[in-house]
Amino acid sequence: MRFALSEDQKMLQASVGKAIADLAPLDRVRRYAEGKETIAADIWAGLSDLGLPGLMIPEAHGGLGLGLLEAAVAAEALGGAVAPTPFLGSAVLAPLALTLGGTPEQQARWLPKLASGEATAGVCIAEAVAGARDGAGVVAKDGRLEGFCLFGLDAQDADLLVVADRDGKLWLAERPAETAVMSSIDETRRLSEVIFAGTPAEPLASNEALTRLRDAAWVVLAAEMLGAGQTMLEKAVAYAKERKQFGRVIGSFQAVKHLCAEMAAELEPARALVWYAAYAFDHAPEEASLMAAHAKAHLSEIGRFVARTSTEVHGGIGMTDLLGLHYWFKRLGQNRQLLGGPEKVREYAARVQGLAA
Amino acid sequence: MDLTLTPEMARFRDEVRAFLQAHRSEYDAGQPKDVLAWQRLLIDNGYAARTIPKAYGGYGAEPDILKSRIITEEFIRADAPRGIANQGVSMLVPTLLEVGSEEQKKQWIGPTLRGEVIWCQGYSEPGAGSDLASLQTKAIEAGDDFLISGQKIWTSTAHQADMIFCLVRTEPDAPKHEGISYILFPMTTPGIEVRPLTTMTGHAEFNEVFFTDVRVPKANVVGGRGRGWFVANTTLKHERGMLGDPNATEARLNALIELMKTETVGGERIIDNPLFRDRLMQLQARVFAMKFNGMRLLTAAQTGEGAGLAGLVVKLQGCELNHQIAALAIDALGELGILYHDGPHLRARGNWQRNYMFDLGLIIGGGTAQIQKNIISERGLGMPREPSPAKA
Repeated sequence: MRFALSEDQKMLQASVGKAIADLAPLDRVRRYAEGKETIAADIWAGLSDLGLPGLMIPEAHGGLGLGLLEAAVAAEALGGAVAPTPFLGSAVLAPLALTLGGTPEQQARWLPKLASGEATAGVCIAEAVAGARDGAGVVAKDGRLEGFCLFGLDAQDADLLVVADRDGKLWLAERPAETAVMSSIDETRRLSEVIFAGTPAEPLASNEALTRLRDAAWVVLAAEMLGAGQTMLEKAVAYAKERKQFGRVIGSFQAVKHLCAEMAAELEPARALVWYAAYAFDHAPEEASLMAAHAKAHLSEIGRFVARTSTEVHGGIGMTDLLGLHYWFKRLGQNRQLLGGPEKVREYAARVQGLAA
Repeated sequence: MDLTLTPEMARFRDEVRAFLQAHRSEYDAGQPKDVLAWQRLLIDNGYAARTIPKAYGGYGAEPDILKSRIITEEFIRADAPRGIANQGVSMLVPTLLEVGSEEQKKQWIGPTLRGEVIWCQGYSEPGAGSDLASLQTKAIEAGDDFLISGQKIWTSTAHQADMIFCLVRTEPDAPKHEGISYILFPMTTPGIEVRPLTTMTGHAEFNEVFFTDVRVPKANVVGGRGRGWFVANTTLKHERGMLGDPNATEARLNALIELMKTETVGGERIIDNPLFRDRLMQLQARVFAMKFNGMRLLTAAQTGEGAGLAGLVVKLQGCELNHQIAALAIDALGELGILYHDGPHLRARGNWQRNYMFDLGLIIGGGTAQIQKNIISERGLGMPREPSPAKA
């Protein structure tokens, strides 16, 4: 028994961390977030050199054929840098949808292009997972999609869309579907409203695909929150060791030390929960949904705590756009709500173990 | 990550299961029918005192963290009593093994393990809690003996104990951390008075102990004169490990789930109330996080890698979590949660109520939550110590 990242997984974590630090330092993230660039294709192209787009795509289709634990490890590093990438939709969810429910022909057509980063995919499952808002929802009729989805993930400028209809059935759609950016607090990952008007689509044949997609998305969102929270903790500790008040660094005051200790005390066990949820997705299917739900909800809660506490340790400067700490605050805020807020997800956790109807 | 058991470990797990199955009649609901006989049985089979050398009365197995974990898990699963886990077994024995003289090991370890000698711990004083090194109980030299005078407090089991392991100031002129000795003596020595200290649970879990010229041979010092602070820290490390056992926490959470499934108010099960259910799920996520954190620590111990922050947070988070689980149980019970002591409407013999109150003591004991946060921030995050008042 060994409950730890393998040497390969540690290397992946380090190399993604290093690459993203070079490709997307804060000023680069800021340019994207401020809307000065519509897509961050250069960052994704840089990560393609590491094979990141094909992380979960079978080797036969040009990918690395790794599991969700590796994806979570990468997502932690990406979340740690609030990187604008289509990792969740294009490298995790769409490949999963295709491997679970795609025909050999669909897989051969899309997986190699997704693996190389030549094409990207977006995913519209918000209504099927978390419930429909404002009349959203998609209906399929005679192989064509009608209606609209909200909170499309990585859908803007995507070459391929994976769409859940009102019955939870999954479809593959190509252009033309119209996408409109949904302006949100976290502009480092833009969400889309995707409108279908007789858009041709092909069905994906898997009854359980949506469940697997949802579980994977919850784990990856949790892993991103872990990374974002870890960065916020590190920034708070570094700041507290530097900033002087009353003639000494503020990090020597117990009140400040205790805030930092509380963040660490929440994050460390949460790390193990995220790892286990990803491991369960890959190797313990009977526990996968419960652990994914707990990881998503728990990281949402402690993510909010860390976001608030780290900002507080920084004092006024933590609120400013100048420092940019808010990008992590907002990523944590966004991930908390996406695909179901904590209450919704915990209700699901109760249901899968027979504790709720 | 590989969480499967090797065939050897799977076989070992089956052995433990078979043992518990065979001896099922010797205990009820986690309680042995004969404590001393059960303890002997566990030692003989390697389920207690497992890695303590045979020469000192243990089972003499090589340390194997995974086997220890399997034993813990199987005993919890079977609701089987773990044997004697008092302060003598969990704190004094590891200390003697580490720093005791050969004679001390031979004399005390065996009887302590078998439950024949009960110990209490004389550390805290009214004026020396978190700042333990400032303790004042003094030992004055009198030939080959010390004469010990002073007061201890929060001494659990002092009223039943045969012996005490005690911190006393033997070198009054040395700096405060270097003037303390760790010494063993019988509680029947003349000059000792024990006064029970009743807590809010209504039980006398602790005592105050007064010493007036208690004569103790100098040879009873463990680990060398003036070394008591360092010896005591060896035992505190063991105590903190004991206070955050995630297996026990998971067992407690499962008991809470059962309570919420069976208890009804106005015909509605507690578990069907969405507010209570949501609180339960929040705690369940925390329990899982601590459980998997424990698995990380286990792996770190096996591979010899340092556990770092994952180890430092256990006491703080574990004790807090236990208290929160008891708190939810009280809320779920509603008015029944305020009943206590005895009566036809009391649930689970009042254990939730008792835990709710007693666990607050565990958050304070073995280093308060605030002391734990100092440790996490200083050792785990590399933050500076608070300047001492003298220098400020």
